Amino acid sequence: MATGTEPQPKSGGVRTRTRAAITAPHLRTDRWWLAPAATAAGLLAFVVYSTWRAFADADYYAAPYVSPFYSPCLAENCEPMRAGPNADLFGSWWGLSPAIIILIFPLGFRLTCYYYRKAYYRGFWMSPPACAVAEPHKKYTGETRFPLILQNIHRYFFYAAIVVAGILTYDTVLAFRDEHYEWGHMGLGTLVFLVNIVLIWAYTLSCHSCRHIVGGQLKHFSKHPVRYRMWQWVGKLNARHMLLAWTSLVSVALADFYVYLVASGVFDDPRLF
Amino acid sequence: MSSYEARFKVWRGDVKGGGLEDFKVEVNDGEVVLDIIHRLQATQAPDLAVRWNCKAGKCGSCSAEINGRPRLMCMTRMSVFGREETITVTPLRAFPVVRDLVTDVGFNYTKAREVPSFVPPEGVGPGEYRMMQEDVDRSQEFRKCIECFLCQDTCHVVRDHEENKPAFAGPRFLMRVAELDMHPLDAAAETGLDRKSTAQDEHGLGYCNITKCCTEVCPEGIKITDNALIPLKERAVDRKYDPLVWLGSKIGRRSS
Amino acid sequence: MSVVDRQEWDVVVVGAGGAGLRAAIEARERGARTAVICKSLFGKAHTVMAEGGIAAAMANVNEHDNWQVHFRDTMRGGKFLNQWRMAELHAQEAPDRVWELETWGALFDRTKDGRISQRNFGGHEYPRLAHVGDRTGLELIRTLQQKIVSLQQQDKKETGDYESRLKVFQECTVTRVLKDTASNSGSAAGRVSGVFAYDRETGRFFVLEAPSVVIATGGIGKSFKVTSNSWEYTGDGHALALLAGAPLLNMEFVQFHPTGMVWPPSVKGILVTESVRGDGGVLRNSEGKRFMFDYIPDVFKEKYAQSEEEGDRWYDDPDNNRRPPELLPRDEVARAINAEVKAGRGSPHGGVFLDVSTRMPAEVIKRRLPSMYHQFKELADVDITAEAMEVGPTCHYVMGGIAVESDTAAARGVPGLFAAGEVAGGMHGSNRLGGNSLSDLLVFGRRAGWHAAEYAAALAFERPEVDDTQVDAAAAEALRPFSAEGPAPGEPEEDTGRPPENPYTLHQELQQTMNDLVGIIRREGEMAQALEKLAELRVRARRAGVEGHRQFNPGWHLALDLRNMLLVSECVARAALERTESRGGHTREDHPTMEREWRRLNLLCALTDPTGGLAATDPVRGQITLTRETTDPIRPDLLALFEKEELVKYLAEEELYE
Repeated sequence: MATGTEPQPKSGGVRTRTRAAITAPHLRTDRWWLAPAATAAGLLAFVVYSTWRAFADADYYAAPYVSPFYSPCLAENCEPMRAGPNADLFGSWWGLSPAIIILIFPLGFRLTCYYYRKAYYRGFWMSPPACAVAEPHKKYTGETRFPLILQNIHRYFFYAAIVVAGILTYDTVLAFRDEHYEWGHMGLGTLVFLVNIVLIWAYTLSCHSCRHIVGGQLKHFSKHPVRYRMWQWVGKLNARHMLLAWTSLVSVALADFYVYLVASGVFDDPRLF
Repeated sequence: MSSYEARFKVWRGDVKGGGLEDFKVEVNDGEVVLDIIHRLQATQAPDLAVRWNCKAGKCGSCSAEINGRPRLMCMTRMSVFGREETITVTPLRAFPVVRDLVTDVGFNYTKAREVPSFVPPEGVGPGEYRMMQEDVDRSQEFRKCIECFLCQDTCHVVRDHEENKPAFAGPRFLMRVAELDMHPLDAAAETGLDRKSTAQDEHGLGYCNITKCCTEVCPEGIKITDNALIPLKERAVDRKYDPLVWLGSKIGRRSS
Repeated sequence: MSVVDRQEWDVVVVGAGGAGLRAAIEARERGARTAVICKSLFGKAHTVMAEGGIAAAMANVNEHDNWQVHFRDTMRGGKFLNQWRMAELHAQEAPDRVWELETWGALFDRTKDGRISQRNFGGHEYPRLAHVGDRTGLELIRTLQQKIVSLQQQDKKETGDYESRLKVFQECTVTRVLKDTASNSGSAAGRVSGVFAYDRETGRFFVLEAPSVVIATGGIGKSFKVTSNSWEYTGDGHALALLAGAPLLNMEFVQFHPTGMVWPPSVKGILVTESVRGDGGVLRNSEGKRFMFDYIPDVFKEKYAQSEEEGDRWYDDPDNNRRPPELLPRDEVARAINAEVKAGRGSPHGGVFLDVSTRMPAEVIKRRLPSMYHQFKELADVDITAEAMEVGPTCHYVMGGIAVESDTAAARGVPGLFAAGEVAGGMHGSNRLGGNSLSDLLVFGRRAGWHAAEYAAALAFERPEVDDTQVDAAAAEALRPFSAEGPAPGEPEEDTGRPPENPYTLHQELQQTMNDLVGIIRREGEMAQALEKLAELRVRARRAGVEGHRQFNPGWHLALDLRNMLLVSECVARAALERTESRGGHTREDHPTMEREWRRLNLLCALTDPTGGLAATDPVRGQITLTRETTDPIRPDLLALFEKEELVKYLAEEELYE
């Protein structure tokens, strides 16, 4: 008979009394912890970096480049940027870094994103840490109640993210000036901005809510050929949502960091033409 | 043709208790884990209980956990393991055990009954159904499901929380709701059944936190999370959290 | 007096594949309280393995198709041995059965105008197979399963209980059909009174009392070593009918599917769907030659392309070209492959090459043959979009089966017993066309359910009683493997204390015997040898013993299945020895031609000892007695569907002028 027959200890989850008596919370032999650990480390690094930069309230503009963390800049304490994304909606009472106002939107978009949810539920909350690895929590209600039920408002953040992406596109266009606001030039920063905006758009449009809105909600694709085409196209992007989530996260941080380096005088933006 | 001796640990026992039992067993070229389990039956443990059927990855009977991962035994080739590796085979750990590798999968049959069936459209007779390929593609993907219940087994909502079983249908049956909601001729809505909101209200869609383990283990490669669960969540949002869509549906313009 | 649990039902359906579920749905819809018993979990039946499609002359793709053409193809495929009335009903009713599935939620692949798409298949003149990629069987079983659930939901609404009118007993096995006896029923005795079964999970016995029993247990493939069939295919239904006194028909006709996987050994036999050829795949030998052009038999000469160019044109322009010979009926292709391998022109692992990689772009292959792509990738490390598959014949289907009345599916000789699907004989003659199986399940599953319900309703007030001694005998028989020790009855004293036989070993020997001696090409001497071996196995099987207890014990289950496999194997071997011609799924090396005289002859297998005892251990006599029976002449209006020149190849002189 079985070696070391063990009676099932009474407790929850995989150790529920009726289930096969196995004490180990999991029997995986691969490096299952690698993915959640890497995810957590990556997200943490971004949180640390972006918190520092968002609260710094400095070195975010080096003509013609404006850091994507500070665009649009909506308070009176913003640096004036010629033809740039200034819009003094908040006036002078806003004393904190103007980045805080606008970062709410991309942050909310990414926080409620279906991919990032998976990433931080697994990486930070360990619910579950990996497939078939027992989670440490006694109770679980998922997204059925406050606050996680708010994840359902993802699509509104998507609408906001479209606006933000539009403004960042405008910023990228402005990056085709030189530091004297002459048009028709390109620096290394312009390239950085171009890459970033492409990735931002790709990430935004690959969103699951977007996929639903453009066509996923339909019952009969055959009656809406144009939306069907769009749905297919978004679907292709959507399949790479994770990749785009990470690359756009890195690119936006890099774009900001580039502006920081130029604005703080570490080096001058190399002009291509 | 080369063969070697592999080391196996197989869980044996029943609901009263049990444990991992050690075996040494011959392995030949091209074999899968189920072949090895059969060899154990034929040579060392004739009463070793195991469920299987087609041995070709089409029926979804031989679900088990191999080295802690939910898999079909007939589709797990021995060549993915090192020859020195000890291979552990246990029954599915989300369901009550019956004996050895066989579990009581009744949970799934209970849930299957709780999803209201396809509602045929009024006034369309047999032979008169007209559906376009692009309209059936989505539901067809979900109908590839072989009901191996690996997704149900791996889903932490019920695997780690027995108490959630009554409220949560599990990925397989939420996908069934999605399949019917996307069926071009399903007439549930005409009978007053709104599959979009019942997905959340009655089948526990809100418990899903889209951590994608169901998609990871699916032997048919169905994109359960991206193509069924998330779209279903978005459809539930249409009904319950989107004032624009809600208003539109009240006015009755959106009939798509 | 036995203490097993008993329940009363109107109709009991044994088997939950396509035919069983369709029968259950019909019986329940006609008001009968219906129980379904299946060996596996609900929804896992062997039907899920069917890949190609459901043949039905809906004429969605080619408007010239109609039931007459379908009937003609079926008769040709079966070499005119078919029960023509069954073939007629089948061809007429198949479209309705397919359309009805759509109203239950099935989603077939579509044509451009939104109808059910139909694909080409071997032996079918027009594209006729309704399909879903290459997983049509799964779609069929799931649709029927979900229809059953929907009926149960209805019952729940009306009665508060899902299982009040339709219940599935999953993972249970029937070991005996019970009949009433003279002591209870007088001269009416001999009618079905119920079934004796055990629950695999607990090992407990139970009896379902019912006036009607529908047998829908599928085939016998597990008696052969290389087979595409699952473990369930142990010929249970064939054996149950035999033991209940119903004869089996034409058991010598076993179909070897031409294309099964040949490597690696552990998957040898797994099916490679005929759609691979229907969609453009070609067969080549080791010299790279499309050898099928050399194997077109005379009866099919006018119907098939004579050159590769013409064959290739046919895929796009079927009206003006003839189909390639890769799409000949299965028996022809299987024999051709066998011959090529024998002549030394086989592939490295003893098959031939089946190639789609040079015929279609990779994307198309993945879309149209997704599970084949998956199967070869996962199990054999072969990318079918880049290289050829290796394939060889595999035991696939038994055309023979329980002899039934064509219209009612009632088994001959036992009132209250019905049979449908693969377990029933006659419909397919000597060789079944691909796609005709799924439609057979639906057409005759429905008919069996319908007539079983009617028969049960007529007996509502005089239900045949279950005889307790039969129940006790069945229980004792089922328990014997647990006490199998010592010598077999009648063996000499000194054998006492011999260890019991291992059922797994017996099974392997049986499979090897049938594969080697009663396989695709048969010889008189080998079959006589097979009968000897079967007799020996029969003796040893009586001492098959098992370890452990009754709870989910596969060794015990196999020991019980051995009885059925041995009975059925003997039927196959005996009938194959008797039929001295080659026709369809029966090929005799010593009688290589088709004889017109044999066309009218059916071979019926019955139990030699009709009391149901299994004492016969003499290999010459055995347990089975054969009788020859001359069939009814084909109805003239059906004969008129064929050209005279074609009929003379099949029918004897006197039949033509009758």
